[in-house]
Amino acid sequence: MAKNVITDETIEYVGILAKLELSEEEKENAKKDMANMLDYIDMLNELDTGGVEPMSHVFPVHNVFREDVVTNGDDREHMLANAPDRKDGCYKVPKTVE
Amino acid sequence: MNLMSLTAVELGKKIKAKEVTVREAAEASLAAIEMREGEIHSFVTVADREAVLERADEVQKQIDSGLLDGPLAGVPVAIKDNMCTEGLLTTCSSKILGNFKPTYSAEAVLNLEKAGAVIVGKTNMDEFAMGSTTETSYFGVTRNPWNTEHVPGGSSGGSCAAVAAEECPYALGSDTGGSIRQPSSFCGVTGIKPTYGTVSRYGLIAYGSSLDQIGPIAKDVSDCAAILEVIASHDKKDSTSVAREDYRFSEALVDDVKGMKIGIPRDYFGEGLDSEVKEAVLKAAKALEAKGAVLEEFDLSLVEYAIPAYYIIASAEASSNLARFDGVKYAYRTEDYAGLHQMYKKTRSEGFGEEVKRRIMLGSFVLSSGYYDAYYLKALRTKALIKKAFDKAFEKYDLILGPAAPTTAPRLGESLSDPIKMYLGDIYTISVNLAGLPGISVPCGADKNGLPVGMQLIGDCFQEKKLFRAAYAYECARNYERCPLAQKGAGKDE
Amino acid sequence: MSKQYETVIGLEVHVELATKTKIFCSCSTEFGGEPNTHTCPVCTGMPGSLPVLNKQVVEYAAAVGVATNCSITQYCKFDRKNYFYPDNPQNYQISQLYLPICRDGGIEIETAEGKKIIRIHEIHMEEDAGKLIHDEWEDCTLVDFNRSGVPLIEIVSEPDMRSAEEVIAYLDKLRLIIQYLGASDCKLQEGSMRADVNLSVREAGTEEFGTRTEMKNLNSFKAIARAIEGERSRQIDILEDGGKVIQETRRWDDGKECSYAMRSKEDAQDYRYFPEPDLVPVVISDEWLAEIRAKQPELRDEKRERYKEEYGIPEYDIDILTASKRMADIFEETIALGCKPKEVSNWLMVETMRLLKDSDMDPEDIRFSPSHLAALIGLVEQGKINRTVAKEVFEIMFGQDIDPVSYVEEKGLSMVQDEGALRETIEEIVKNNPQSVEDYRSGKKKAIGFLVGQTMKAMKGKADPAMVNKILMEILK
Repeated sequence: MAKNVITDETIEYVGILAKLELSEEEKENAKKDMANMLDYIDMLNELDTGGVEPMSHVFPVHNVFREDVVTNGDDREHMLANAPDRKDGCYKVPKTVE
Repeated sequence: MNLMSLTAVELGKKIKAKEVTVREAAEASLAAIEMREGEIHSFVTVADREAVLERADEVQKQIDSGLLDGPLAGVPVAIKDNMCTEGLLTTCSSKILGNFKPTYSAEAVLNLEKAGAVIVGKTNMDEFAMGSTTETSYFGVTRNPWNTEHVPGGSSGGSCAAVAAEECPYALGSDTGGSIRQPSSFCGVTGIKPTYGTVSRYGLIAYGSSLDQIGPIAKDVSDCAAILEVIASHDKKDSTSVAREDYRFSEALVDDVKGMKIGIPRDYFGEGLDSEVKEAVLKAAKALEAKGAVLEEFDLSLVEYAIPAYYIIASAEASSNLARFDGVKYAYRTEDYAGLHQMYKKTRSEGFGEEVKRRIMLGSFVLSSGYYDAYYLKALRTKALIKKAFDKAFEKYDLILGPAAPTTAPRLGESLSDPIKMYLGDIYTISVNLAGLPGISVPCGADKNGLPVGMQLIGDCFQEKKLFRAAYAYECARNYERCPLAQKGAGKDE
Repeated sequence: MSKQYETVIGLEVHVELATKTKIFCSCSTEFGGEPNTHTCPVCTGMPGSLPVLNKQVVEYAAAVGVATNCSITQYCKFDRKNYFYPDNPQNYQISQLYLPICRDGGIEIETAEGKKIIRIHEIHMEEDAGKLIHDEWEDCTLVDFNRSGVPLIEIVSEPDMRSAEEVIAYLDKLRLIIQYLGASDCKLQEGSMRADVNLSVREAGTEEFGTRTEMKNLNSFKAIARAIEGERSRQIDILEDGGKVIQETRRWDDGKECSYAMRSKEDAQDYRYFPEPDLVPVVISDEWLAEIRAKQPELRDEKRERYKEEYGIPEYDIDILTASKRMADIFEETIALGCKPKEVSNWLMVETMRLLKDSDMDPEDIRFSPSHLAALIGLVEQGKINRTVAKEVFEIMFGQDIDPVSYVEEKGLSMVQDEGALRETIEEIVKNNPQSVEDYRSGKKKAIGFLVGQTMKAMKGKADPAMVNKILMEILK
């Protein structure tokens, strides 16, 4: 039995964040999977990380910049080439205003 | 002569010497693919025959006119299906990108093309590189050429299987937590994950951005060095790309390891490691010792913590990286939907497979309000400690030697039922990605069922040359073993 | 209403930076253009594309920070803000949460109540979203990514403002600072400056803040003032009825003069920020920071002081002239060409302001060049044209920046300098208007005006009024 308990509300909430719609069966599996995974992850609590700086980049590279010069031209046809739906040179989506 | 049994560099030499035309090489690759795909299924997309041959003739002209004279000019190659190839389907083995034809190519692919490579197709993989078996592909599993009842490993399973089955001389893979080294080990081929930042990630469809790295997969170490020389570059389009002082990796191919200090982490040979794998890897270590390398056991520490740290970081980054697949700009959009949010949810729920959804859910959760510090920051701190442990080891050793995976290739269908067990299979490779280090997997024997074992060598950052030198020296002591499948059928030597 | 309430306001101001290219790719930021013609794989979120930071964005953001007395974060980073919306191609926005480029600043504002410091909590860099166009015909939404990736800075104030008047003074001050730096044109109507208002009310005299709401979609100073008034009364009504204000984001509808909640069960407002793995940190060295400081231009307050001392023009004029960087630049450049400050100031204060108002333009949109204004002033001073003609020429110049010297020559607008010819005309007019001459001589001195007018008419406006007066007096003596 998993120590972490994932509630229906949590799965519902994460589904909203991730924009995933799970079937009832998938939800039950997801609850189990996530609880197991979190139990496993909780192993990290054995580690004393006090005073350790979180490391997002492994190498101390910094200041990678571009100069402010326009080099891209009109590439609209390429950008729209894979669009599932388009109109008037735009990507077409269901209406966003209620 | 069976052209596909040659290494990439050998084939390149024959093309240069006009013993073989580029067209003949491409045709040989396409013929091998046609013959073996039914059994192996390494490819998601095989490039259009006419287009391949046209490209081959164009490369031939450039070779003839002296414009191209590199070692890979005219040699066919397969590309893992998470690297964008202009005009050629790039699916990440996912339904959601099932019809995506990029209008640009990945920088690594462009570099290959500049060197005269002829792309024959896109290889199968775990969906979005999430998996260790190539079974999570939407387009069906890839089988291990050594025994088709077994998986090729993953996520670059298609690339490794294609090389092992001699469908093409070499391939590109990508490695986020072991995805080049583990399938290389399972398929009996050589694969290297370079130091983070060595190969541009531009055009590589991201899984875990801070861990992803493209690398070569080939029959031997010399090929890997030659290929890495071509694909490595400082790319201004990738902010994490590093300008290296030295790209001449082939110079390191010297059969000499005298005095080289190799650390053998006790933590890599403990519980969970298959005894046959252990035996094969230690035997390989002895071979290096016999050539003058100095072996020493030591405690690397923290090995088991790498997996949870990895799954937090990679899942978190993936949850964000894969947010762009929403049915608006490209590829799959669900058919029936009422309104925007339903379109998003249905598109993504139908478009992504189970494992991808599992990781997106986990990643979204660990980043969500109230959990960020406990999970994500904790993982980044663990990563810092792991990096420090490696730094300490490399103060003493030139290289670290261990297995690439705890077992040989499992049977199809055995791994997916228990995700955590599957994740444990990455235990020897994952920490290398967290620390940004280079690692190579070299074939070093087989288990009693004839399934290959891979030895992993890990170097300090930017020390690929040491890796190549040791791996090359080891390889000189043994012969390349062809898989049985490659030796039968039209692959027979003429 | 039995109790007294105090309004507490903090602002989040978004400013589009005046760079030529977007923040993470080399696409043009130019306004307009057919939909999606300024796009590339990066700003449309194509798989495999990666961002590379535009250095000028860092320079502008740091310059604004220095000018608003912030401390500059010399080791700053970008983070991802995750949310799904079609105008956000990657479904995350690259922004800064943990280490924003500027922190802890403040600017002084002045209202009828006196001077006051409004503290700035932070300034961070981020990318703008694309544009959503509602298609009435098919009742769907069309997405244009031309604005996607245009660099923004977000200036977050502390909740230090207490009235609409203070808010507008603060925005005005910010606008001027940023315009003076050349970091943005800050046009509210065009959206290059946008403000979100965080507002709460509390009983006067209490220390604790009330629950705040955030109001979006405010695109003019007037709308901001109305929205603040509207939201203040809405919150007070709730409290007076014994209710509780809910913390939420509201959208102001300026037409209906009311706001409504932007709530949806699909918007969790949990942005899951984490460090952007595709970008490396920005390190602003002491040397670089010193360079940015050295490049800071004279800002408005310093300019006002200098104008007072250097040009001796009234404070009222100074206020108007320095209320726009463009205006102040024209003023100074015209003086540098040798014109008298008072004269230049007159042209700008009277004629220019009138024409701007008539054509509903901003001082930033002025087209005429300082050299042409100087030439026009020269023509008047040399007596080549009179003021009436000069004003007509100026109007043309205001519209299309013509060269007044060649224009006057071409159209033959120079004043008649030949005294003999003028005298002849005047003698003729005196002869033809005996009644006026009679009136003048009998003491109705005003009658001379009619004669001057007749003369100017006969000369088609090209006579020097002073000379006409002189000759007339001589004849009528």
